[in-house]
Amino acid sequence: MSGFAGFALRRAVGAVLTLLALSVIVYVVFYATPGNVAQITCGPRCSPEQVHQVAQQLKLDDPLYLRYWHFLEGIVVGQDYSTGTSVAHCSAPCLGLSYQSDQQVMQIILTKLPVSLSLVFGAMVLWLLLGVGTGVLSAWRRGRFSERALTGVTLAGISTPVFVIGLVLMIVICGQLELLPFPEYVAFSDDPEQWAWGLLLPWVTLALGEAAYFARLTRASMLETLAEDHIRTFRAYGVSERSIIGRHALRGALAPIIALNANDFGSAVGGAVLIESLFGLPGIGQELVHAVNVVDLPVVVGMVLVIGFFVVLANAVADVLYAVADRRVVLT
Amino acid sequence: MSLVQVTDLSVEFGDLRAVDGLSFRLQQGAALALVGESGSGKSTVASALLGLHRGTGARVGGSIEVAGTDVQEASDDELRRLRGAKAAMVFQDPLSSLDPYYAIGDQIAEVYRVHTRASRRAARARAVDVLDRVGIPDAQRRSRSRPHEFSGGMRQRALIAMALACEPDLLIADEPTTALDVTVQAQILDLLHTLREETGMGLLLVTHDVGVAAESVDEVLVMRHGRVVEHGRVGAVLGAPKEPYTRDLLAAVPRVDASRAPSEASEEVVLEAVGLRREFGRGKRAFAAVDDVSLTVHRGETLGIVGESGSGKTTLGRMLVGLLEPTVGEVRHDGHARVGVNPAVQMVFQDPVSSLNPRRSVGESIADPLRARGERDEGRIRGRVRELLERVGLEAAHYDRYPHEFSGGQRQRVGIARALAADPRVIVCDEPVSALDVTTQAQVVALLGELQRELGLALVFVAHDLAVVRQVSDRVAVMQRGRIVEQGPADEVYDNPQDPYTKQLLAAVPALDPEVAARRRTARRELTAA
Repeated sequence: MSGFAGFALRRAVGAVLTLLALSVIVYVVFYATPGNVAQITCGPRCSPEQVHQVAQQLKLDDPLYLRYWHFLEGIVVGQDYSTGTSVAHCSAPCLGLSYQSDQQVMQIILTKLPVSLSLVFGAMVLWLLLGVGTGVLSAWRRGRFSERALTGVTLAGISTPVFVIGLVLMIVICGQLELLPFPEYVAFSDDPEQWAWGLLLPWVTLALGEAAYFARLTRASMLETLAEDHIRTFRAYGVSERSIIGRHALRGALAPIIALNANDFGSAVGGAVLIESLFGLPGIGQELVHAVNVVDLPVVVGMVLVIGFFVVLANAVADVLYAVADRRVVLT
Repeated sequence: MSLVQVTDLSVEFGDLRAVDGLSFRLQQGAALALVGESGSGKSTVASALLGLHRGTGARVGGSIEVAGTDVQEASDDELRRLRGAKAAMVFQDPLSSLDPYYAIGDQIAEVYRVHTRASRRAARARAVDVLDRVGIPDAQRRSRSRPHEFSGGMRQRALIAMALACEPDLLIADEPTTALDVTVQAQILDLLHTLREETGMGLLLVTHDVGVAAESVDEVLVMRHGRVVEHGRVGAVLGAPKEPYTRDLLAAVPRVDASRAPSEASEEVVLEAVGLRREFGRGKRAFAAVDDVSLTVHRGETLGIVGESGSGKTTLGRMLVGLLEPTVGEVRHDGHARVGVNPAVQMVFQDPVSSLNPRRSVGESIADPLRARGERDEGRIRGRVRELLERVGLEAAHYDRYPHEFSGGQRQRVGIARALAADPRVIVCDEPVSALDVTTQAQVVALLGELQRELGLALVFVAHDLAVVRQVSDRVAVMQRGRIVEQGPADEVYDNPQDPYTKQLLAAVPALDPEVAARRRTARRELTAA
């Protein structure tokens, strides 16, 4: 097996193994920790009989490996659950039922995921434009005043917490200047325009902090490439500084940018909790925090796996992009 | 009007005056070589001709006029119009001098478009033209290759093609063949020669290799410490040098046609290789770097092993010392099969910078073999190391210095002292002088010879430079693709080569005498035509 098909297959197998390992770790960490899950789920005023009933219903008395096995089974073939009065079917891939709401975890995720993906995708476009743009500019103007100013701004961007940026933006733009309404999530399928307006501030907030990292990385990476011999060749052949920066140096500086982007995209899907709660966006991050607080273990496990899936996916995409950017890279 | 007119040029980097009051002129279509050792300022002059020091912080004084452009006074735009169009530069390392991300044809086309406003298609066609011109086979298809898909020689051809794209009046070649094997070097020099004949462009060749200069130019300018030492017709300067430095420089250059005084070799065999084979890689990708090599080394003699890059000579050297296990065959020390390293067989490495630990004093490095042998008495260790330092021409007080405080030649002396510390009977030297300037090279070679006579050492001298190998060796083995193609007394192999590959190698060595060089060039043409 060779070429792209072979690469995709090997990566898919690798991804499945990674996610399996992740699920085992999450399972052990959350289910084997002390604390009476049945009591918490049932509520503080439940009688011992009720708690026992809940434990039975949630199959908490089964050994850990058996519950893990059922969990895997659910993902592959689906599962029937007793809700007390009737039997509900949860079709594959089934990540189980929430302890709190009896909703299927997959359903919960599917309602939250579009919000998170909208946020992260939009922000990514912005942080790449802003960050890489700033980095290229400051590599070009190295040593001059404008470069120092840019470096100062990016340093400030890195050191300011996102919730401060977000709060200030919201208070100034929505509160005092009233240029934008306070952010609110509208599904893209409902109204694309409202979707974009509603997400604008969260995008900008998330992107500003990230862009600072990209600007620094791009600048450093560009300066490294600019010191290489082949840049000297093109200078010695009268190629303009603009072509050298835009065509030759940027191309050489791409690899670390691709790597950082894959990392940040993957982790932002589940990790943009601060932005989500600040702007009231019902995304994965907020739901995950909530689920951890109420020990809603099926939801926690399901979400962690979905986030893990995106991290793995983003890195696989990065590997393909490497090979596109640099033909010396062979995908294996 | 002169093509190049440099008057009282000086270049300073901070406190360092790299070029100091240099003047020369080059006529239309003529060829001049700037010859000098490292640090002589020759490459700095080449860069100054294209104004490449602008914006780097270097201070450039004096006047430079190239193809009608006053480089010192020209605006950035005027300078860009000069670069590549009227004067083009070919750099030393062809791999790092091309952009790894773009196809070679596209890079040439880009340069062409900068100066001609040609359409993309026309520029691409021009790129294929010039690639074909410099002898890239199947240029149309290969123009789509990226630099890493080319061999070293082809990359250098591609760089020359880039230089030719705009038909410049002047070609500046900065050590264009230093990174190449001797046969490839000859091809590139022949190519430059032919191109000059055809296009009538001027050539400014920057090189440390007097032989390369003798092959290629009409005039030579010898530089030292940023100043002119001697300047004149190539035949006159190389044939009858007036200045003592030029004479020393020429005397230090090893001659491929001069035999050496035989050393006092005995019949006693100290080191023997029997049917050595070494494979790297597995399965389909396995290849034999060394294949069926047998040789013997006698007490007190020097065996030279010569070959081009990839011939397996370094792998062989490492097996002889025991740093690598052979896949098949065995190494015998004093007639006994031996596995692993043996203090009696030591090694001196090519790169004296990276083969010494930068964080330890040189004395400590030299003491390593003593400690490895179990010597624990600090006083005795120090005493012995001091003795060794003095033996290799350094000072005993250098014990506590660190490698960066030494020059390249001194570092190589440290490497030799370290090899001597174990009281070896054989020293395998892997390219011990190829990173050094010729005068330093001659000193290190002389030191090795002295040590050999005094201590009755056997030396295995692995190198790519045929002249150096002849200078030091009693017997020579020529390697090609992992095999020894010819082996025998040095004089026989060099004066009467039997194998076609040996003949080809010898024909490619640059000659110091321009007339001999011209004859060899003709001979090479006949060889390739045949």
